[in-house]
Amino acid sequence: MMTNFIETEDLKFKYSDDVNEKNVLDGISISIKKGEFLTVLGHNASGKSTLAKHFNVLLLPFGGKVFVNGIDTKNESELYEIRRMVGLVLQNPDNQIVASIVEEDVAFGPENLGVKPKEIRERVDEALKSVDMYEHRNSATYKLSGGQKQRLAIAGILAMKPECIVLDEPTAMLDPVGRREVLDTLIKLNHESGITVILITHYMDEAINSDRVIIMNEGSVLLSGKPREVFKEVELLKKYSLDVPQSTELIHRLKLKGCNLPEGILSTDECVQALEHLLEDNKCQY
Amino acid sequence: MPILEVKNLSFIYGVGTTFQKTAVDNINLSFEKGEFIGIIGHTGSGKSTFIKQLNGLLRPSSGEVLLNGENIWRNSKKIRDVRFKVGMVFQYPEYQLFADTVYKDIAFGPENMGLNSEEINKKVLAAVDFVGLSHEILEKSPFEISGGEKRRTAIAGVIAMDPEVLILDEPTAGLDPRGRELLLSQIKTYHSKRKNTVILVSHNMEDIAKTADKVVVLANGKAEMFDITREVFKNSESLERVGLKVPQITEIMEKLKNKGYDINPGILTVTEAENEILRILGEWGKC
Repeated sequence: MMTNFIETEDLKFKYSDDVNEKNVLDGISISIKKGEFLTVLGHNASGKSTLAKHFNVLLLPFGGKVFVNGIDTKNESELYEIRRMVGLVLQNPDNQIVASIVEEDVAFGPENLGVKPKEIRERVDEALKSVDMYEHRNSATYKLSGGQKQRLAIAGILAMKPECIVLDEPTAMLDPVGRREVLDTLIKLNHESGITVILITHYMDEAINSDRVIIMNEGSVLLSGKPREVFKEVELLKKYSLDVPQSTELIHRLKLKGCNLPEGILSTDECVQALEHLLEDNKCQY
Repeated sequence: MPILEVKNLSFIYGVGTTFQKTAVDNINLSFEKGEFIGIIGHTGSGKSTFIKQLNGLLRPSSGEVLLNGENIWRNSKKIRDVRFKVGMVFQYPEYQLFADTVYKDIAFGPENMGLNSEEINKKVLAAVDFVGLSHEILEKSPFEISGGEKRRTAIAGVIAMDPEVLILDEPTAGLDPRGRELLLSQIKTYHSKRKNTVILVSHNMEDIAKTADKVVVLANGKAEMFDITREVFKNSESLERVGLKVPQITEIMEKLKNKGYDINPGILTVTEAENEILRILGEWGKC
């Protein structure tokens, strides 16, 4: 039980009581392990964000149950403890900053938890260091780039000593460098501090570093597995409005043309290497 | 004569205050009629400040914007007309819908141009077809339709003014891959049918590589590069220096080329890459 940090049992949800209304979440049973890096993919309106909002009790199930660290999310007395354990980062960096100075923004969470001033100071410094924003601690928040703002949002959660961070399309509004910064920060937090990361994204290349990928469709889990296994299903993914990384797509197409290539290629370097092998194998022998 | 030209364009925020910041720094560019232009640049590079000057939402601190050869601020009372000719679709435009039906929302622009109801109707329906909305939703409230439909409605509202230049700021942000693909192909179709000028601002290099004829690279308020798309994406190092990247497929093919294979530089799409690999294998097969 304890190794599963989040569990849902036949989770059902819809936004209105109308019996004719379709379920947005239609019987989801998943378990997310402590320390897991999970990526959630799915087309618009597949239920990804609705699912995420159940993890820190912004929504309560219509049917079924959600457990966070063994606690039923319907248990009202544990509401704030669950929200401390599970932090949520949203898409638009400008919608989640509350203070005008970086370190004050990070201090907002622990202040509200009633942490002592000296400890707040320590937590703020530590959180800013772990997202590589310590040197900006006295900067005005409005002057930060998009990637920096998202890292600030993550620091604000870290200062509350969470077990898990849920991110709902955190990179949708960022430039390529900002996206990289945010992703590297998540990988580091997951590897070094063992924080459970649940990343919702439309960018397939962001999924390749995760332990597991789940694909949602019409409120259900369509596929679940290691990135390499899931991205093998190129045709299936396309059928459900999704995509595969360009590297995977190229290898897939060349295989269809009869080239001898391995399956499940994900990263740029893997792809280059596979193509190099292909070309070397077919080079003329003099 | 270029349709849109900027000369020595600069924009400074907060002049005389401690927050003074040059957001656009002496940019000179010209766009020809019918071109599909991509604009890329890191966050804070000046993209939004730049495009807001193209239709007179911001008045340049210095320099000028010429539309069909005429300075748009020559008669500042006429600046409203410029906004009909240079249409702007903002980021997340679905938050700007306001009318009680989809039809009325799209018709708002043409109504304000002073067209008669028959002309308005024609423009609305043409715009609706361009963005692929079904006619059945026209009488619905914008709040009853899906997120994707809302965004299409907002874009149709600008297209309905039939602008000579259409500017779109991150139109695909937050859409899933198929939604992105579909919207881009509709914009492409619109562009090729209307033969007007389209300016697409995006952080998504793959989208730019697939659509734009020419690309402007902005960095720290300056236009670092302006060239045809293939040429711009040949410079992966320069792009990385200014916080950008080439598409993954371009990077893969460049790395292969650097290993000594005879690959054409500046591959932009998966299809191009596929053909390139097959070409090399085919040539070798003959010996």
